[in-house]
Amino acid sequence: MLRLGRSVRDAIVEHARRDHPDEACGIVAGPAGSDTAVRFIAMLNAERSMTGYRFEGDEWRRVYLELDDRDEEPVVIYHSHTATEAFPSRTDVNRAAEYATMLPDPHYVLVSTRAPETTEFRSFRIVDGVVTEEPVEIVDDDTDPVQSYKFGHTPTSVVYDCSAGATGAAGPAGSADA
Amino acid sequence: MAIEVRIPTILRSYTGGAKSVEASGSSLSEVITDLDARHPGLRGRLITDDGGLHRFVNVYVNDEDVRFTGALATSLADGDSVTILPAVAGGAR
Repeated sequence: MLRLGRSVRDAIVEHARRDHPDEACGIVAGPAGSDTAVRFIAMLNAERSMTGYRFEGDEWRRVYLELDDRDEEPVVIYHSHTATEAFPSRTDVNRAAEYATMLPDPHYVLVSTRAPETTEFRSFRIVDGVVTEEPVEIVDDDTDPVQSYKFGHTPTSVVYDCSAGATGAAGPAGSADA
Repeated sequence: MAIEVRIPTILRSYTGGAKSVEASGSSLSEVITDLDARHPGLRGRLITDDGGLHRFVNVYVNDEDVRFTGALATSLADGDSVTILPAVAGGAR
C-alpha cells in the first residue's frame, strides 16, 4: 500500500494537469529505507513529449545528490499518461526492470489526464516484469496551512468523497481547487 | 591520480557502505576498471557486455553528463569527481 498526504497527491495531480498534453514526471522522496513518501519534487521532462518522459540530467543530478546528502531516496516515481490509462506501459515495465539494478524498489504512481474532469491516480509495484497494483491511502497532512484552510471546513467528508469517486480517482471535490 | 567517485545507494553493497570512494585513471574507462579492481562487480553494473554504458545509468564528470563529453573515453584529471546515478525514463509508449 502507498500512503500519501493529500497535499502531495494534489501537487502530483496539479503538475500532471499543468504539463498536459505532455507527460509530467517527478518523485516523492522520503527517509531512506522508511517506505514513507513525504517530499514532493517535480522534475523536468527532458523529452517534452506526449508519449514519454526522462528526468532531465542536470536537474536530476542536483536533486539526487541533495537526497543523498539528506539520507533520503525516491520512494515514489510518478509520471502521467495524457491519452491512455493510468497503468504502466510496456516501456514502463521494461524500464522498471532496468531501474531495479540502480534504485531501491520504488512505488510507481501513474496519473492519467486523458479525461478533463477526472484524474486517474493509481500506484503500482513493478518487480521482475510483474505489475501489481496497490491501494493508495490519502491522509490528512496539516503541514500546509493553506491546504488545511482550503479543506478545513469539512476535511473528513472530502476524504470520503474522493475515495468514493471511483477507485483512486480524484472526483470533482478533489479537483475543484486545482 | 585520485578521482572521487560518488556511488548510488543500491551499489554501496560493493563499497562496504561508502557513499564515495577513490579511484584512479586518466579516462572514465580506466577509472571504472580501477573501481572494479577495488570493488569487484561494480563494472558489470555500469557497463554492458558490448562495452558501453548501460542506458539506465547516468555518469557525470564534475557536473557534465558524459554522454555529451565522449562517454567512456571522457578524460579525467586529478581532483575530478565522478557521480553515478540511475537514469529515469518511461512513458505511454
